[in-house]
Amino acid sequence: MSSVVTEERIPNNVNLSSDKKLQRALEAWQPNFISWWKEMGPEGFQQDDVFLRTAISVTSEGWANFDYVKMPDYRWGIFLADEVADRKVGFGDEMGKPVWKEVPGEHRNTLKRLIVTQGDTEPASVEQQRLLGQTCPSMYDLRNLFQVNVEEGRHLWAMVYLLHSHFGRDGREDAEELLLRRSGDENKPRMLGAFNEPCTDWLSFFMFTYFTDRDGKFQLLALSESAFDPLSRTTRFMLTEEAHHMFVGETGVLRVCERTAEQMKTHKLDSPEAVRKMGLIDLPTMQKYLNLWYTLSLDLFGGEISSNAASFFATGIKGRAKEDSYDDHVCLEKFYGMDVPKNGAFTHEDVPLRNAMNEVLRDAYVEDCQRGVDKWNRTIAEHGIDAKLTLPSRRFHRHIGLFADVACDPSGNIITKEAFEKQKGSWLPTDDDKAYVQSLMQKPVYDPKQMASWIAAPKHGIKGRPVDFEYVRHQV
Amino acid sequence: MAVTDSASPEPVRFETHPDRYKHWRMELPEEHGGSVCRLVMDVKEDAGLRPGYPLKLNSYDLGVDMELADALMRIRFEHPQVKTIVFASGKDRIFCSGANIYMLGMSSHAFKVNFCKFTNETRLYLEDMSANSGINSLAALAGTASGGGYELAIACDDIILAEDGNAAVSYPEAPLLAVLPGTGGLTRLTDKRMIRRDLADAFSTIAEGVRAKRALEWGLVDEAPPKAKFADAVTKRTQALVAKSKRTPMPKIVLPPLEATRGDNGAEYKYVSLAIEPGSRVATLTVRAPDGDTPKTPDELAKQGANAWPIRAFRELDDALLELRFNRLSVGVVKVLTAGDADKVRAVDAMLAANKDDGLVNEVVLLMKRVLKRMDMTAKSFFALAEPGSCFVGSLLELAMASDRLYMKDTDDGGDVHLGTTAMNGGLLPMGNGLSRLQSRFLKDQSRAQTLVLSPAPLSTKAALTAGLVTYAPDDIDWDDEIRIAFEERASMSPDALTGMEQNLRFGGPETMETKIFARLTAWQNWIFIRPNATGEKGALTLYGKPERPEFNWQRT
Repeated sequence: MSSVVTEERIPNNVNLSSDKKLQRALEAWQPNFISWWKEMGPEGFQQDDVFLRTAISVTSEGWANFDYVKMPDYRWGIFLADEVADRKVGFGDEMGKPVWKEVPGEHRNTLKRLIVTQGDTEPASVEQQRLLGQTCPSMYDLRNLFQVNVEEGRHLWAMVYLLHSHFGRDGREDAEELLLRRSGDENKPRMLGAFNEPCTDWLSFFMFTYFTDRDGKFQLLALSESAFDPLSRTTRFMLTEEAHHMFVGETGVLRVCERTAEQMKTHKLDSPEAVRKMGLIDLPTMQKYLNLWYTLSLDLFGGEISSNAASFFATGIKGRAKEDSYDDHVCLEKFYGMDVPKNGAFTHEDVPLRNAMNEVLRDAYVEDCQRGVDKWNRTIAEHGIDAKLTLPSRRFHRHIGLFADVACDPSGNIITKEAFEKQKGSWLPTDDDKAYVQSLMQKPVYDPKQMASWIAAPKHGIKGRPVDFEYVRHQV
Repeated sequence: MAVTDSASPEPVRFETHPDRYKHWRMELPEEHGGSVCRLVMDVKEDAGLRPGYPLKLNSYDLGVDMELADALMRIRFEHPQVKTIVFASGKDRIFCSGANIYMLGMSSHAFKVNFCKFTNETRLYLEDMSANSGINSLAALAGTASGGGYELAIACDDIILAEDGNAAVSYPEAPLLAVLPGTGGLTRLTDKRMIRRDLADAFSTIAEGVRAKRALEWGLVDEAPPKAKFADAVTKRTQALVAKSKRTPMPKIVLPPLEATRGDNGAEYKYVSLAIEPGSRVATLTVRAPDGDTPKTPDELAKQGANAWPIRAFRELDDALLELRFNRLSVGVVKVLTAGDADKVRAVDAMLAANKDDGLVNEVVLLMKRVLKRMDMTAKSFFALAEPGSCFVGSLLELAMASDRLYMKDTDDGGDVHLGTTAMNGGLLPMGNGLSRLQSRFLKDQSRAQTLVLSPAPLSTKAALTAGLVTYAPDDIDWDDEIRIAFEERASMSPDALTGMEQNLRFGGPETMETKIFARLTAWQNWIFIRPNATGEKGALTLYGKPERPEFNWQRT
């Protein structure tokens, strides 16, 4: 093996040392990945030692190895979850037949597109978050940010592995292009809308990891059902890592809620203005950020009625999250009732279930999102504050699907475009809101003993270390 | 036999105007001083010609293409300063996603065939503009062009595709829908862009298409600048196309509405009548000679404007042919008649031929050429009848030569039925195969065509028969019976067999890209359209967007 591609540098369970095809592909790609990381990864921290988790095997001990590492030296690995013996296709027209170990020619392009689309989101989020370190609220949070970043990097590797191993020259070219697109770049944007939105403050980061990474979770759940076994095994392993990202989001928002609620109680602050005067993030502003990131993430599931979704399900390429929990895995006879906007009102339509699979996945996502919101509300209530965060209607502020051209308020009522524009500022972050939130995050907190004033300290540190542990040895 | 088109919905009408366009914007950007027309495709999703299919992602139906055809015609006549057309999209990330699949899926076979034919004609008109009018075209693809979207692009002279990591060109028809890129797409890959057959094969089977870098490598586009330089590249190429243009100056001719009176029994225009007896499968198409003063110079022609006979009569004829195709499905045979003063036709023809290099005359002759080609491509049997009072002379002789047969009455005195040639029969109105209709008629000895054009004296029935212009020449006594039997017999044969037979026989001689496009469309695509693999209960086109997947019959020969 060459110097860049060694078992030591690239932990894996895919027999890299004997896979000439993969070696050749990675030799070309790995140096470009490192250049990309240095250019687009976290800015200003590349030489720091960071207390990071690295997966070196898929065993319960192996996938979570903690130690200090400089990020460019992080050992991005390639792991597939263990093979399930005798696995069969679990849904669609091919139900019951053996799963595919190789890509069937007829599904090659569709699968490639799906993998590229998923893969594109991984480096995109690293790009979106690359400046956040410079305004971190604590070393604990800084480390979590980097953990998320390196693991998004590894998820890119996971998708690239599939492209390199199963899609020939086309796959290699697509892998190359994953490193060429740039989040928010007008010339070479990332493929999906939410991944071109700037993520320039920590409240956005927490919302992103809670809501947008959760879309990732559900896409991965659906893909882990795939009849294409390498994709299923790859995504199953990715899900273990994704859980941490959502933990960062859930606890991040929770800690902001906690800090605000606690201070509101202590100082008897009864208006958003009073809360802001104390240098805290008021709950209405949190609600606006929630509205923004939740709805951007809803779009990522695709159109409510979709021929692609039907075809993915029919062919066995993409199932539903936790397919086992359903009774009917063929779904040819059933319909999904939905309210479709027509001429300013709703008409009820029964859509063939297969065509509604995006909506089915979105349903599961919405339900999952609610759990965290409930926790946040409990924390607010524990401090005796009479306020709640809520998920807006899924019709609100949509850019894809049935509601893309229909203006709705957060309760889901159709309103005129003018009315929407007029009230937008009370539903979504305004420039003033963003400026205010950013004003709280002007200075990074590099002292492990400190915590920014707008956020509560976490209950626990990482891997048994105290909260004030020096998670990042930052060289000033 | 009583046959009605009871199944056909609201009749399709082709007349429109930029003020009424729903899907296109015609812009004349100031920076080019009027020499460039930007045609911006911005399809209105809920404004399809028929209900039931939203026109998503700049996909098109016949209504969208009618507006395009109208725009091209108006650029020719109403915007004489325009030297280049730039096609652009009014939507983000998508140029055009092609013909709307749901529309195709729910259309009758006849409508699909008519739709494809019309869109092909429009693409050829675009190419005709560049070849013969000095109006070049550029496809500015800032987003993906798939299927018919790329077919529109490939009909332009130049194609620029933005390189942004997303935008692609593609032909997804075969892999996704089990049909062909039916608007000349495949033929233009090989015969126009001269792309290697193996690369064309690969391209036409990758549903998602190829992005800028490879598209350029394979010759599918001419330039692939990064998005930041896209606008500059478009401007540069536009300017180059303008500089290359050989458009001859001409006065602006405004094209007013046609003033047709339409009814169940046909349509009545100033110079054209289309008459269909209720329940009959025979239509009568009459074209009348000029009346009043005929223009003696291009200036006089300009003064008469759209009312000048060659413009008005041929616009009317075009409309009548489309009426036959789209709204009169059960009409099988068309009786082609002419009436009026043959000398006036001669006078107009003489003026046109003598001034063929004049900008306006050129456009008028091209208009006549296109309409006659539309007749060549109409899947009805045409029988022309030359009787006393008819004037099959010069440009109107072309109607008889475009017909499948010509019956000429052999009168006692032989005096009042004549045919005659003018210079217009000598190659100014070529068919799709590149030959004049006379040349196509006399493939064995093309000098006969030349001889006829050089001897413009009126031909009696006997002389016309000897010259090889006439199929049958019944005399006064036999005429009525012969004609009745000929029409009844024709109307009784299978319309499919007749269409196939006529299309084979009409285009003898050399092949051109144009004849190949139509031949392959009518043969292959229309065959595929009726095959179960595309349109059967489990066909790919039928099931597109539905939850089931297609099932194919795997037999090949």
